[in-house]
Amino acid sequence: MKKQRLVLRTAILLVLIAAVGYTLYANFTKDDIQKVEVGKTAPDFVLVDMEGEKHRLSDYRGEGVFLNFWATWCKPCEREMPYIDNQYQHFKDKGVKVLTIDVGESELVVNNFIERHNLSFPVMIDKGEVQTAYGINPLPITFLIDKDGKVVRSHTGELNESTVRQFMEEIQP
Amino acid sequence: MNEVKCECGHVNPHGTVLCESCGNILEEKERQKQLVDMRYEGSARRSQTYNKTIVDKIWNFFSSVKVGVWLIVVTLVASALGTILPQEMYIPPVGTAAEYYEDQYGWFGKLYYDLGFHNLYSSWWYLILIASIGISLVICSLDRVVPLYRALNKQRVTRHEGFLKRQRLFGVSDTPPSSDSLQKLKDNLKKKRYSIREENGNILAEKNRFSRWGPYVNHVGLIIFLIGGMLRFVPGMYIDQVVWIREGETKVIPETEGEYYLHNDQFILELYDKENDGEVFGEALDRNGMVVKNYQSNVTLYKKDGDTVPGEEPELDKVKDFQIRVNEPLKFEGFALYQVDYKLNELNKMTFTLQEKETGKEFGEIQIDLFDPKKSYELANGYSVDVMSYFPDFEFNSDGEPATKSRIPNNPAFIFKMITPDNPEGEISFVAIQETIEPMGDNEYKMAFKAAETKNVAGLTVRKDLTLWIISLGGLIFMIGVVQGAYWNHRRLWVRAVDGKVWTAGHTNKNWHGLKRELDDIFAGTGLDVPKEQLTDDGKKG
Repeated sequence: MKKQRLVLRTAILLVLIAAVGYTLYANFTKDDIQKVEVGKTAPDFVLVDMEGEKHRLSDYRGEGVFLNFWATWCKPCEREMPYIDNQYQHFKDKGVKVLTIDVGESELVVNNFIERHNLSFPVMIDKGEVQTAYGINPLPITFLIDKDGKVVRSHTGELNESTVRQFMEEIQP
Repeated sequence: MNEVKCECGHVNPHGTVLCESCGNILEEKERQKQLVDMRYEGSARRSQTYNKTIVDKIWNFFSSVKVGVWLIVVTLVASALGTILPQEMYIPPVGTAAEYYEDQYGWFGKLYYDLGFHNLYSSWWYLILIASIGISLVICSLDRVVPLYRALNKQRVTRHEGFLKRQRLFGVSDTPPSSDSLQKLKDNLKKKRYSIREENGNILAEKNRFSRWGPYVNHVGLIIFLIGGMLRFVPGMYIDQVVWIREGETKVIPETEGEYYLHNDQFILELYDKENDGEVFGEALDRNGMVVKNYQSNVTLYKKDGDTVPGEEPELDKVKDFQIRVNEPLKFEGFALYQVDYKLNELNKMTFTLQEKETGKEFGEIQIDLFDPKKSYELANGYSVDVMSYFPDFEFNSDGEPATKSRIPNNPAFIFKMITPDNPEGEISFVAIQETIEPMGDNEYKMAFKAAETKNVAGLTVRKDLTLWIISLGGLIFMIGVVQGAYWNHRRLWVRAVDGKVWTAGHTNKNWHGLKRELDDIFAGTGLDVPKEQLTDDGKKG
């Protein structure tokens, strides 16, 4: 009788604590829930870069993809661009693809930006669909996608040169 | 364990005050009192005696009504605190929240922010308070409903004398029990819809026992309600997002997995006017100025056809045209699109003309799409204009250079290069709204502003709420519980022959006045005395 009561009470309390625990956990992770989860396949997309070349993410299986979302008005984006370009030069023949996506500005503005910063990696403009699929909110945000198309890391915020290098090493096949 | 065996032979759980079966008083303290405490039928609630393990201690903590009431009071006070200043989600999105609170509300705002009250309703301690109320609700209810059910289920017809004489309504009729008077009493009881049990000539008449379960039904409703609230945190159950769509624009609707698109044909803001809306509004309109009559977005819903990936031109099938108004959302597949916000007259296209300053002669117009300006605009006769730079939301940045704050053309500015036969190298001119700078010295030509085209932007909320029916169900059960407990009373009448006299005792869980009036009717014509109020006036209070 006494034993039974203890077991019953423990069970009920555990169920209640589990429910409360889950709610608290869900509440505190809701802000940093990314639409794109680490370990899952990155959503596919097709965009045409400023040179007119078409890029489909799923065509780059076998290569690591360094995917960066940015805008010209975003200061941290602007600061990290030269680092990405330097490392792009270094890694482009080592199986690391760099794709950067502007979040829907006009071609004129983006082209001027590319010219000003002398960017050599492919730049694409997305009118919104890819951003929605990736759940982009604050900029810049960088996704690292491995040779199997899986997301291995997402990073919100400015990168410095050594981080960019580390990231590219991480996805180098 | 030390169960208590009553003299009637019934075995009660430890901690029982009144025997579940015959009502005999089992606790010595209780015997001193004039009336027995009938709450929960004197059953072994809040088994404080099992206090050995940590589990029992936690259980007993939450099982206390006192603790439950304090949790509610603290939660109420906390909820009130959150309304003193606006929560973070309602402050304008300029600068950081920390600065905003200090700027607007001084030291108090800073304190409010530092204490985390700007996000009070999603803070861990607030959620724990709510959760504790939930736990308290479950445990309090379980700890009371089970013994109460046992006691009501096991009650015997023949109750102990000590129990009967300590009831609030009690009477002894000296007339010996005759079958006539008892029969009359039973008939009267039946007329009042009492159910009657008999045992050795003793009577237990009872009605509306189900009303005792009202509070517990009510608590079940509350718990379902809380579960519904909890489910909002489960991904996919609750979606609340804002999407802005310009007139003429087609956008993918967020959270629909790229399946649905929305096209905004037109956003309409209508105001009341005196001529068309009748004289009666005239005075009110004079007093208040502009009064909005209608916010409306005329939209077209599309569904994607085929397997395109984001970025590819999707093939869209029209689903329907709809006019979204406040409280008239566009509904599809569990989603609802509500009209929540708007922006009127956003700049969309600007027209300039190339003009010779001295003569005022014009050499042709160019129209610039502010969302997609061209690099170069050709005019006739060897005149042309290049757009060297474009700043849709112009400002001078901290280095004093022209820059843009966003991609929205709130304050467009251009650097034009005007190529004319006179100046084949081109003249540079910086043109912003109401401002022209000629960085290379005086120009012979200028870009004169001619006209602007604007468009309205509709702000819509994308809402999906799969928890709503659970919350409604919880609310419904809650109300059923309230009605059940409030509009019916559990009434009982005991009749027992003791030493040739008839003892009667009455009990109700509420509305004693109602029971007394009913007993007056029931005892009329039976020759028996109506049980009398035993509670003194001092004790009646409360």
